[in-house]
Amino acid sequence: MPSYVIAEKCDGCKGGEKTACMYICPNDLMVLDTTAMKAYNQEPDQCWECFSCVKICPSQAIEVRGYSDFVPLGSSIMPMMSSEDVMWTCKFRNGTIKRFKFPIRTTPEGEANAYSALKGKDLDSPLLSTEEADGYQMPKPKLA
Amino acid sequence: MALPNKPLGEIKAVRDPEVDEREVDILIVGGGMAACGTAFEVKKWASDDTKILLCDKAAMERSGAVAQGLSAINTYVGDNAPEDYVRMVRNDLMGLVREDLIFDLGCHVDDSVHLFEEWGLPVWKKDEAGKNLDGKKGQKMGTLKAGAKPVRTGKWQIMINGESYKRVVAEAAKKALGMDNILERVFIVELLLDAKNANQVAGAVGFSVRENKVFIIKAKTIMVACGGAVNIYMPRSVGEGKGRAWYPVWNAGSTYTMAMKVGAELSMMENRFTPARFKDGYGPVGAWFLLFKAKTLNGLGENFAASDAAKAELQKYAPYGTAAVTPTCLRNHLMLAEMKAGRGPIIMDTVSALDALGKTMDKKELKHLESEAWEDFLDMTCGQANLWCATNTEPEKKNSEVMPTEPYLLGSHSGCCGMWVSGPDMDWVPAAYKWGDKGKVYNRMTTVVGLFTSGDGVGCSGHKFSSGSHAEGRMVAKEMVKFVRDHADYKPTLKQSTAELVDMVYKPVRTYLDNCAYTTAVDINPAYVKPSGMALRLMKATHEYGAGTATFYQTSSKNLEIVMDMLATMREDCEKLGTGDLHELMRAWEIYHRIWTVEAHLRHIQFRKETRYPGFYYQADYPGQDDANWFCFVNSKYDPAAGKWDVFKKDYIKMFPDA
Repeated sequence: MPSYVIAEKCDGCKGGEKTACMYICPNDLMVLDTTAMKAYNQEPDQCWECFSCVKICPSQAIEVRGYSDFVPLGSSIMPMMSSEDVMWTCKFRNGTIKRFKFPIRTTPEGEANAYSALKGKDLDSPLLSTEEADGYQMPKPKLA
Repeated sequence: MALPNKPLGEIKAVRDPEVDEREVDILIVGGGMAACGTAFEVKKWASDDTKILLCDKAAMERSGAVAQGLSAINTYVGDNAPEDYVRMVRNDLMGLVREDLIFDLGCHVDDSVHLFEEWGLPVWKKDEAGKNLDGKKGQKMGTLKAGAKPVRTGKWQIMINGESYKRVVAEAAKKALGMDNILERVFIVELLLDAKNANQVAGAVGFSVRENKVFIIKAKTIMVACGGAVNIYMPRSVGEGKGRAWYPVWNAGSTYTMAMKVGAELSMMENRFTPARFKDGYGPVGAWFLLFKAKTLNGLGENFAASDAAKAELQKYAPYGTAAVTPTCLRNHLMLAEMKAGRGPIIMDTVSALDALGKTMDKKELKHLESEAWEDFLDMTCGQANLWCATNTEPEKKNSEVMPTEPYLLGSHSGCCGMWVSGPDMDWVPAAYKWGDKGKVYNRMTTVVGLFTSGDGVGCSGHKFSSGSHAEGRMVAKEMVKFVRDHADYKPTLKQSTAELVDMVYKPVRTYLDNCAYTTAVDINPAYVKPSGMALRLMKATHEYGAGTATFYQTSSKNLEIVMDMLATMREDCEKLGTGDLHELMRAWEIYHRIWTVEAHLRHIQFRKETRYPGFYYQADYPGQDDANWFCFVNSKYDPAAGKWDVFKKDYIKMFPDA
């Protein structure tokens, strides 16, 4: 189910510091044609249909068409991301439409606690840093 | 008309790339769950002057197996005993596992899950009345760490709203390590041994897929954790659908190949995973079995897994087959028996399952149930949701087919191939299972001094999944810091010159540039082969001879002999890979990694003269299990100096009694 870029909507991320789809694709598939200033999927048969490019595109220029070798035409699924939820619109071949909304994150983006100030004390103990800070005790195995 | 004699990729490769030479204390190769665990933990133990670098082939925000998201965390110990975690993994993997590694992991995994929740991962909760709340509504019940009850689908799994799981985990990892210490889009392709100490790692070499630049990185200690191996067998879909692999299509066996090429001992490489999933879309079935209580039927509409014949078949594999939870390979085995007997296809009866659940629910609850079924796909296998849409499949109205996939190699899911690593430095761990250097034990160190692994790289220790891989990466972080402290005097020295290393990494580019003008079309040239062609050659060979789907996962001694010859030729031909752009150079190294990994896999299958995992593969000359001779690990070691493999038995030591 390779992703495709809608020519009219893609502006090559001219206004951004990096081409979003090219930055995110885990398989290095999305590339920018620098002459046309349009992105495209350079190797559709290696697309995992992870929707990372669809979700990140600031112009909503990327969608996905089912793999031609087993997916009939006429359907689509499309995510709409917000900071807390994703809203999916699922369109069936027969016209049925279903919408689903799921939470994606309970904290503001960028606020994950990296415990940057935490320093472990006993390097030779088996405890991880946050386990040590919590006073965790390693369970004693009940052996044969 | 212009001749099509130019590479397709946008970033053309040049003969002489820029060279970036660095020296660090700790090098982390990979950016998935395990590497994110290491990145989060490492600075909490390292001194401020410790130099640390992480190289990811992709962007950490969406790299690795969790890039797309997940709908569950499959390992959360919670109120269970870690001893029972060992027993579950042991039974699923037919008795042969490293119990020390599994118990150790079971002691730490929950701490990572608690961090995920704190960082913002929505975790489903039970309310006071025992009803399910999603991760947002469930916040009112408090956190798992504070004692809130997760929604369990099985004894070990908990449900999450995991679309952004990897983004959340990567965010904490990147903040903790600092972007100055991270190189994204740098593909490490070979590890390098020390010039003075024959069995000690000294560095790694790789290249940028964004600019013509080779990286030569000296390091005192290295963790390699780049996932398992995918697209090593002909996939069931061979057109665009090749990309719809169950495991991430970019996992190229790099973990195993890089480590084995410097002499790290491998273990249980014969083990593989061929998950039964929704046909073609490869959507998860776990929630359908566990959460929605669905059953699979054969083509005659029979619940074959509950038949007397199935029970009798499972009895042959006692005690594993007769345990309360049937091992994954044996569930496949029963399914394959139906298909081979002409009683296919296998159908997941979603209609009856939702109908039965619906009888106990009001309209609103039923609507929520439908949403949960779709979320299971949309959180982690979006394409399966589209396949349902394209085939007008509403699960309450129309059933779906289930099918075992092509084989995958991995060490973190329901498989256990990987490196032979040291266990923890505890008195209860047998001496044969712990080692290190200079009298110290280093947990999760491979048999190469200074080389660590985690996640899919650790052998004999499956069922870690996302959370366990993260926790294991954190455990390794601490061990690496210890290693650096204990090896303050170690000065890594490389055997190869800079020019030799650049030539090795850019060889496919130079081969291409030397020869591409000879023909009118760039893809067809007698002097080189493109990675795409080599990838298909590998997949055709494994498909036909190496127990692929073509033969219902069956091979034989003669077939193995043939495919081993083919692999040797493929390795020779890899010397003539030709690539004109950086994306293709990445593909060249990936196929090279895949070929070595597959060779290790088949070498192990050839050595183990029994069929330990029916349903995953069958050795036709040695059907059935042979505990008298093969109740042991199979390990192998490639000797980088001599260029030879050695395959041998290793004792399995049982530590935890049966319950």
